[in-house]
Amino acid sequence: MTALYADLGDEAANGTGEVPVRRIRFTVNGERKAAEVEPRLLLSHLIRHGLGLTGTHMGCDTTNCGACTVLVDGRPVKSCTMLAVQVDGREVSTVEGLAMRGASEGGTARGVGGGGLHPLQEGFKEEHGLQCGFCTPGMMMAAKALLDENPDPTEEDVRWALSGNLCRCTGYQNIVKSVLWAAAKLRSQAAG
Amino acid sequence: MTQALDEIKIGGLGASRKRVEDNRFIRGNGNYTDDITLPGMLHMEILRSPLAHARIKSIDASKAWEIPGVHLVLTGEMMATRNLAWMPTLSYDTQAVLATDKVRFQGQEVACVIADDPYIAKDACEAIDVDYEPLPVIVNPAQAVAEGAPVIRDDKENQPDNVIYNWEVGDAAGTDRAFEQADVISRLQLHYPRSHPSPIECCGSIADFNRATSKLTVYMTTQAPHIIRAAVALVAELPEHMIRIISPDIGGGFGNKVPVYPGYVCSILASILLERPVKWIEDKTGNLISTGFARDIYLDGEMALRQDGKILGVRMRCDADHGAFFSDAQPSKFKIGLLHSAFAAYDIPAAHLRARGTYSNKAPGGVAYRCSFRVTEAMFFQERMVQAAADDLGMDQAAFRRMNFVRDEDFPHRTPFGFLLDSGQYRKCLDVGLKAVGYEDFRKRQEEARARGRLLGIGISTMTEPLGAGNSREYDILGIKMFDSADLKVHMTGKAIVRTGARGQGQGHETTWAQIVSHELGIPAEDIVVEEGDTDTAPFGMGTYASRSTPVAGAAVAMVARKIRAKARKLAAHLLEVSEEDVEWELGRFYVRSAPDRGVTIQECAMAAYSNMPDGMEPGLENTAYYDPPNLTWPFACYIVTVEVDPATGVWDVLTTVAVDDCGVRINPMIVEGQIMGGLAEAYAMANMQFITFDAEGNCVGSNYMDYLLPTAWETPGFELHSEVVTPCPHHPIGAKGIGECAAVGGPAAFVNAVMDALSGTGVRNIDMPLLPDRVWEAITYHRDISGAPPVRTDD
Repeated sequence: MTALYADLGDEAANGTGEVPVRRIRFTVNGERKAAEVEPRLLLSHLIRHGLGLTGTHMGCDTTNCGACTVLVDGRPVKSCTMLAVQVDGREVSTVEGLAMRGASEGGTARGVGGGGLHPLQEGFKEEHGLQCGFCTPGMMMAAKALLDENPDPTEEDVRWALSGNLCRCTGYQNIVKSVLWAAAKLRSQAAG
Repeated sequence: MTQALDEIKIGGLGASRKRVEDNRFIRGNGNYTDDITLPGMLHMEILRSPLAHARIKSIDASKAWEIPGVHLVLTGEMMATRNLAWMPTLSYDTQAVLATDKVRFQGQEVACVIADDPYIAKDACEAIDVDYEPLPVIVNPAQAVAEGAPVIRDDKENQPDNVIYNWEVGDAAGTDRAFEQADVISRLQLHYPRSHPSPIECCGSIADFNRATSKLTVYMTTQAPHIIRAAVALVAELPEHMIRIISPDIGGGFGNKVPVYPGYVCSILASILLERPVKWIEDKTGNLISTGFARDIYLDGEMALRQDGKILGVRMRCDADHGAFFSDAQPSKFKIGLLHSAFAAYDIPAAHLRARGTYSNKAPGGVAYRCSFRVTEAMFFQERMVQAAADDLGMDQAAFRRMNFVRDEDFPHRTPFGFLLDSGQYRKCLDVGLKAVGYEDFRKRQEEARARGRLLGIGISTMTEPLGAGNSREYDILGIKMFDSADLKVHMTGKAIVRTGARGQGQGHETTWAQIVSHELGIPAEDIVVEEGDTDTAPFGMGTYASRSTPVAGAAVAMVARKIRAKARKLAAHLLEVSEEDVEWELGRFYVRSAPDRGVTIQECAMAAYSNMPDGMEPGLENTAYYDPPNLTWPFACYIVTVEVDPATGVWDVLTTVAVDDCGVRINPMIVEGQIMGGLAEAYAMANMQFITFDAEGNCVGSNYMDYLLPTAWETPGFELHSEVVTPCPHHPIGAKGIGECAAVGGPAAFVNAVMDALSGTGVRNIDMPLLPDRVWEAITYHRDISGAPPVRTDD
């Protein structure tokens, strides 16, 4: 067990004794972790700076843009509006875990140069569902939550499920196509 | 028999090649500024002014200094001791880095704290006590020029009022004569509300001053790293060769990441003082209330018309609200950007434009938000005027446009404002659009619906816009000519690296630049890596904005590849043991003209450049090209939108959105379509909901994503794109034109025109953007125009 986060400061040891620190245990992308965190630490900061998983982006800090969307116990959560202490005992999934799960969900084996991608990741590339890439991890995690519940969504279902995630580059049309592409691939894998 | 490679198969010109950059982004492995952590790095936060206009009586930072983990508190006073309290802007003005005398807009930077972590830095910012004496506030141009208005920029000598410039272009007398001859004069007043480019990623920087080498490295969110390097050299008086600007992955720019912001400067100074890396990552409110806004312009236009529909002349007046500092990058000869590109697509004998820029107590800007220097305002103004004029004449919208277009056979065509148009097929684009939307049929359905009390509308927007500044004779920023560059190195095994002075932010340069090289040299695109954004390795360039990358940097890529091919031809002649004149080129291969089976591939030439060059030849296969375009590129677009307006609520739904874009040769059709769709969504956003306004005290309304409405996947309509009209740019090496912003520029008028068309006959002539339901409802219900920004409603 290692105390995580290198660059969130040194509150526990700053000598003032004023900053309380809580120890939490949680799972990230299938790996068990423990961390000592200030109660006010945002989950997004724990993920990005504590765990070094910088694929989860922060856009607005106010729960609007969805760039920081991760799954907590399988449900999509905007990690800028959840405290790190709230994931004690829970399971967090980030974009970095998508590819790993691709294999167990029928994706090809992990490997160099595109192997092991989750169908959502493939779909976003195939259908040009991203440009600057900043909203993409959040979009994919929100889409993952949708497809876990509804493997055969309509275009309208996808648009509604992603309505908490903002994109400034694409105009959304290709994002919707990307998710539908992934849904079709996941269904064909399940059938085949 | 030809052995030329299949260009599409190798990922050359015209291939919808999947994007190279996606491989890291879909894995969460992008490398944005905030993803970078350096050893010993500290964190900076900015304290901003809560007031729009106030004198600073005192700043007490003593409590902030006492907080454990705080390393430095910067105030304007401290900056002033290093001559850094003010900095020059990209438009020959000055801007406060940290306020000394006054604050001039809400959100202005007042102090900075550098601490062990951002939480401590934020705590310390709150511990700083600033004593303000409020001053009267100016929030629009009318107030700025009113009798007795307070002078906002009392820091400047020779600035007795709030006027930044008066600028005019065109032929005033000739235009007056056109109006004397007019049968009908059509007039329209419009407001293009303040908006914000609002990329999802905010601005940020990590300054890393290395005390051992005295070299400053800055990782930052900039669309123009070389310009920043020059600016840092001038502002901070550091030697330019000891400054390295690295622009890593950028989470969207849209013009917001062109200017130099105080946060960058403060992080640099802090790193120099502390000799440690200092990271500054702006929050969304900081981004929305302090960084480059766009638009905020009042337009008053008149059109002189002959009864048969011919436009005889146009008169434009505009007032631009620049906020507290004139800090947006504009070509130095054109104070209000390329606003005078308005009406370029129409054959108009005479035109005159008068523009005035003023200061206000609002954030500085007027940046080119997905826009080539104010062309968005120009084209919106143009297309709203055109619709109003056709309505005034009782003419059909399409017929009026067709009649006044510059005709295919009339190129080159000089506009009354001096632009030179070189090519286009405007009528064909319009026809494709009308057919796609089923224009005649829609007009019938509209009439039938109207009889049943339903309001259908169709809006057309047709425009050509100038993209790809320079040429260098006319276009410069702060005197730096607007050319661009590319550097190409072909390694001995035939793989290559290309670098340009541009800096993409989602446009897919890593994919498309390789395609251009592939087109010119036959090297498969997958064998070519593209690198941008590091001033230590990339050749000098003006950066990526104003849709100038493909027209200028992309052209440089083609030109450097041609230099490489010219040298490879000499190598081929040497290898084939024939004279250079006997060598022919086909994609990927040189061959002997008289014996086509005898040939060498480009890869074999590359190997020879390092292992078997002829006597006297300089070894290696590398080169650099600087490209100064002879003219701007002029893409043309026709956007047609149909809507249904609910008269009971004012809500309008988009039924169809058709886009016909003639952007010349498409390097990667998939990427081009992505750019168009992104622009259409922003056009819809502008028309529908996206605006920033201020109350009378200068409080910014739109300082977060709860108040500043961006459309989601749920609201955004679907788009139908057409690519069948292709007019190659005659002067671009591969015939390409800019495309990144066309739909955002031409699109808003299509949406607004559609709603106004639905309201025709109700006595409503104009509703200014945004067309929020309450504004549309008010217009329908009370039969009146709705002008200006939406009023700020307060509780009292």
